[in-house]
Amino acid sequence: MSDTIIEVRGVNKSFGGVVANKDISLTVERGSITGLIGPNGSGKTTLFNSIVGLYPIDSGSILFEGREISRMNVQSIARLGLLRTFQQTRIFSKMDCIQNMLVSLPHRQSAWSDMFRKYPPELCDKAEHLLEFVGLYSKRKLTAGSLSFGQQKLLEFAMALMNEPQALLLDEPTAGINPTLINGLIDRLKRANREYGITLFVIEHNMRVIMNLADHIYCMAFGQLLASGAPADVKDDPRVIDAYLGAAA
Amino acid sequence: MMATGKRSAVLHIAILVAGLVAPFVFPGHSVQFAVFWIMVLFALTWDAMGGQMGYNSLGNITFFGLGMYMCTIVQIAIVYNVGEYTAANGAIDVHFTSPQYFTGLGLGLVVAAIGSTIVAAILSWVLFGIRGPYFAIGTLGVAVAAAELTAAWNWVGGGQGIAMPVFPGGPGMRERFFYFACFVAAVLCYLFFRWLYSTRFCLAVNAIRDDEDKAEAMGLHTRRYKMVAWAAAAFFLGISGALFGNMTGFVEPLETAYPTLTFGIFMIAMTLLGGKGTLWGPIIGATVFYVMREVTWTYLLGWQYIALGILIIVNVVFFQQGILGWVKARRPEWFGVKIEEKSGAQPSAAAPARKAVNA
Repeated sequence: MSDTIIEVRGVNKSFGGVVANKDISLTVERGSITGLIGPNGSGKTTLFNSIVGLYPIDSGSILFEGREISRMNVQSIARLGLLRTFQQTRIFSKMDCIQNMLVSLPHRQSAWSDMFRKYPPELCDKAEHLLEFVGLYSKRKLTAGSLSFGQQKLLEFAMALMNEPQALLLDEPTAGINPTLINGLIDRLKRANREYGITLFVIEHNMRVIMNLADHIYCMAFGQLLASGAPADVKDDPRVIDAYLGAAA
Repeated sequence: MMATGKRSAVLHIAILVAGLVAPFVFPGHSVQFAVFWIMVLFALTWDAMGGQMGYNSLGNITFFGLGMYMCTIVQIAIVYNVGEYTAANGAIDVHFTSPQYFTGLGLGLVVAAIGSTIVAAILSWVLFGIRGPYFAIGTLGVAVAAAELTAAWNWVGGGQGIAMPVFPGGPGMRERFFYFACFVAAVLCYLFFRWLYSTRFCLAVNAIRDDEDKAEAMGLHTRRYKMVAWAAAAFFLGISGALFGNMTGFVEPLETAYPTLTFGIFMIAMTLLGGKGTLWGPIIGATVFYVMREVTWTYLLGWQYIALGILIIVNVVFFQQGILGWVKARRPEWFGVKIEEKSGAQPSAAAPARKAVNA
């Protein structure tokens, strides 16, 4: 029996006359690593933004763990355990890495009075442990804004893990990362999926990465879903190759 | 670390002692000292929003004025009919006995503090939907509107203002009483924010300052934090307004209660001067600013605003991080920042390398 965690049904989203997503339907299985590929401007990030509640969708339905979330706001969706990282990488730049981690603790059940509590030592330990996991332990006291772009990406990933999400939407996790570090990152993404049980839904341009990482891949082009299937099938699908390289007219 | 703790204790005790003896050593300057503590309170409360949370309010003076009027109305209303009292404009023979005066003042302070807090909570619901310069202008609009509405409201004296109940004590007692009231208010304000910044609240509002969209994406209850920050500021501003009105003895909307262009700007200038986003920056800023102000008012009368303007320009052009931020960047070890890293990464605010790499 399949266990769907994210279900997108017939989602349409236009900006003025530009159709960014046209009748998109897809599912992400719990515990899986699902990939989303497609040429630039094919509507991948728009779909992510719609799923996490940043953009109101024009029509269709988005379900997370069976609950309709297409009318909920970003914070409420995040608190359900559906989190995203940003393509441009967003961290709290004037705070140090440990502070970035602490503020990212899960806010699911946080009551009003919680804002006046202190951070217990267990949380600080957990923050340091996760920084160690992404290889930033030695930078933990540095201002996040002083880290390199690649390190900021790793920090953002660690912050997402700190939040203990059910599902994590990663928007180009390897973009701008030193190629020698990419293998380490793939390994960490897989471990996060396996050890912490986090479902990953990943936008990625690097074919080698996504073929290595994902169990199932969706390909978008011109706002529409083009193909889906196992990595090997999608890779050899002529429509996918055409979308990336331009069809022979 | 021990040394730091000891130094901090010595500093706190020194300030406390100075605050306690000041009105006895310089009895003629009690009012100036009292206003100084109000300035400290102004800077501390403004920084909670503008410094720690990155929401630059130009209208925090609203709560000062609201507190002043709420307290005044309560003080009068427990003895007289407010409409008659204000309409008479001092012509009727009013007399407040000592118990009447202090009951009214105590009750008025409570109403001013709680009332301002409630108004801030309501306003936050409307105004925190807007960000950046729009928020700044929106709050300025609230302050200007509050002043104009008060000026048009005859029941509270309109633009004519209200002569406050006369303090029942002997000569010199009034100044001393309000000096200590302002001193206590500023100390409580400091202790409150010191505690508040030691809780999770601090990192949450810092996160809102750095990237509010990211904070939302992480599931933070951003509205709650913003509301608490403003309400806490309004609480203390309400108290300060109530005390200031009584200290001045006369309350009117434009110059005393809602002085947007003087106190309203001072609270921002002081915070920027001392270093925003720190606990002690606003206090240092208030001290330097107030000393400058008193000096220029004494020796450069007529040019005082030009001198203050130059100070503000030098501050925002050359020392944007303020006095404390400037010291912190040069002497991080004084603030307990230790650099363990050997791999060349500097903790200074080096520009992130993101622009160099194609995202």
